[in-house]
Amino acid sequence: MLQAIDTAWGRRSNAAMTAQGPITAGIEIGGGTWRFPTSQPLRLDSGAKLAPLEIGYKTYGRLNADKSNAVLVCHALTGDQHLASTHPVTGKPGWWDRFVGPGLFLDPERYFIICTNVVGGCMGSTGPASIDPATKAPYGLTFPVITIGDMVRAQAMLIEAMGIETLFAAIGGSMGGMQVLQWAADYPEKLFSAVVIAAAARHSAQNIAFHEVGRQAIMADPNWHQGAYLAAGVRPEKGLAVARMAAHITYLSEAALQRKFGRELQRDGLSWGFDADFQVESYLRHQGASFVDRFDANSYLYITRALDYFDLAATHGGVLAEAFIKARHVKFCVLSFSSDWLYPTPESRDVVRALNGAGCRASFAEIQTDKGHDAFFLDEPLLDQTLRGFLAAQSMARGLA
Amino acid sequence: MSAIREDFAEILKLVRPNARVLDIGCEDGELLELLTREKTVDGQGLEISPEGVAACLARGLAVVQGDGDRDLDHFPTRAFDYAILSKTLQQMREPKHVLSELLRIADQAVVSLPNFGHWKVRWALLSRGRMPETGALPDPWWSTPNIHLCTLRDFVALCDQLELRIDACAALAEGKPARPIDPRQPLENWRAETALFLLSRKTEPQTAPAAMPQQNLFGEVELPKAEAPVKKARRKR
Repeated sequence: MLQAIDTAWGRRSNAAMTAQGPITAGIEIGGGTWRFPTSQPLRLDSGAKLAPLEIGYKTYGRLNADKSNAVLVCHALTGDQHLASTHPVTGKPGWWDRFVGPGLFLDPERYFIICTNVVGGCMGSTGPASIDPATKAPYGLTFPVITIGDMVRAQAMLIEAMGIETLFAAIGGSMGGMQVLQWAADYPEKLFSAVVIAAAARHSAQNIAFHEVGRQAIMADPNWHQGAYLAAGVRPEKGLAVARMAAHITYLSEAALQRKFGRELQRDGLSWGFDADFQVESYLRHQGASFVDRFDANSYLYITRALDYFDLAATHGGVLAEAFIKARHVKFCVLSFSSDWLYPTPESRDVVRALNGAGCRASFAEIQTDKGHDAFFLDEPLLDQTLRGFLAAQSMARGLA
Repeated sequence: MSAIREDFAEILKLVRPNARVLDIGCEDGELLELLTREKTVDGQGLEISPEGVAACLARGLAVVQGDGDRDLDHFPTRAFDYAILSKTLQQMREPKHVLSELLRIADQAVVSLPNFGHWKVRWALLSRGRMPETGALPDPWWSTPNIHLCTLRDFVALCDQLELRIDACAALAEGKPARPIDPRQPLENWRAETALFLLSRKTEPQTAPAAMPQQNLFGEVELPKAEAPVKKARRKR
């Protein structure tokens, strides 16, 4: 068994060596698709079992001899495992490319960085577009509803299969941050440190409301075909694009939109029609249109549902602190952005209070920025400084320096 | 290596090894780092400035960005052995509440504050009739962050009112070694420029310690407000 994994590991590492981005050139990059046998299903919170389970993943750097330098980076709603290497569909650099590299926050010369596509996703992990072995057709809406807990359980299976007992750090922003909180609740013994950026311990009514708009847009598209669009040979691109446009507004802030676009027009004069007169319209249309190339509409439905179902306190007797009661040894770093109205600072403070209430040592900082929720992808010097300081100090404590 | 600040040296002497310490207004974490290194304490800082928080994180300290006036309420009861509040009580909006909170959160509090009864302060008022600007109180009245100044006697009276025990007290002056004093001695109210107190509760708090509170979402304890059992009618100034 162990040998089988080792060979699979070696083969996939080699296979992936060809696709290197310019920024990460010279860094050992691995990854591919990890296939678990049907005898090892993913047990879902809903009670269903998912088999066979496949996990799309990417690794950067090398696992050290005592396997103590593994860092798991959890991606956000529409992210994927292509953390710091060229995206195979869009050809764009990795989504957190500017944090991964020698001397950077995530240094592949020091850490073995793992990023997995969440279960339910569409970049190599089992999701609604995967083939259901029972019907030999894409799952579509027969795919079971998944949760953040399921995503984390699948990650834990991969980590275990890789022979890693504890993660030096689990790190994530937005939905990735929620996965990190779930890790602290479900697998505290496998965690040394945890970084939670721009996240929350539950979805608010407003969060659910925006997701519902997105889902309804997808389901209103005639090409959606009750989720069976792949069999029909079409894609609900219009609906998915609208969902992305609405969601994208929540990732920015009013100040950032105003600064970037104001009331600037696309060309001289108004069209006196419904073309994209304003630059902000054109920008959103572009965001929607480019999104449909790389994302599956059903995956969007399932992952937004997982987010809406997320409520860490509810699954711990209504007391959030109870979720972290076994994570007292874990060093936490929680960060929020002042202009984030998707997961605003008070949500992060609630997490920190619960951590303190559980007796965990937690650090918290609110980064002042007008860039909104998406600031964690962007150049924020204080974010950089804070993350780098925290991880460097933890790596000293772990003896990795 | 530079010399340790006089108040830090004194705090270092007071704190037991391996204690759990909350430093309120920890700035760049210098004291917490010192305590971690010398006394292997399990430290947590509270700091308002993002730069201070970043500096603490880089030192490997646990620090929460927050405000001593607002955020102490969220710490659980008796989560720490010591709560340290260095030269900031007089800058708090509600010093009385903060002081009682310190001794809800921790078994002992280390509090230092400038003494408005110091002779230089009295002399400045008496001779020039102007707000004093001294070594311990360097800012002019219109830019000072100190909104709740008090004398040694005032502070001792507040401790009595809150039923706090003064376990130790030392007078601090820049460039001089700390001097153990009895803060109830009238002469010390003239002599001490800055005083550092080690305080504890005279009576045990009502709430059950350590056990996880079940009452609300974030595991905080409803705290008995300091104002609740007022024994004496409040005296007019």
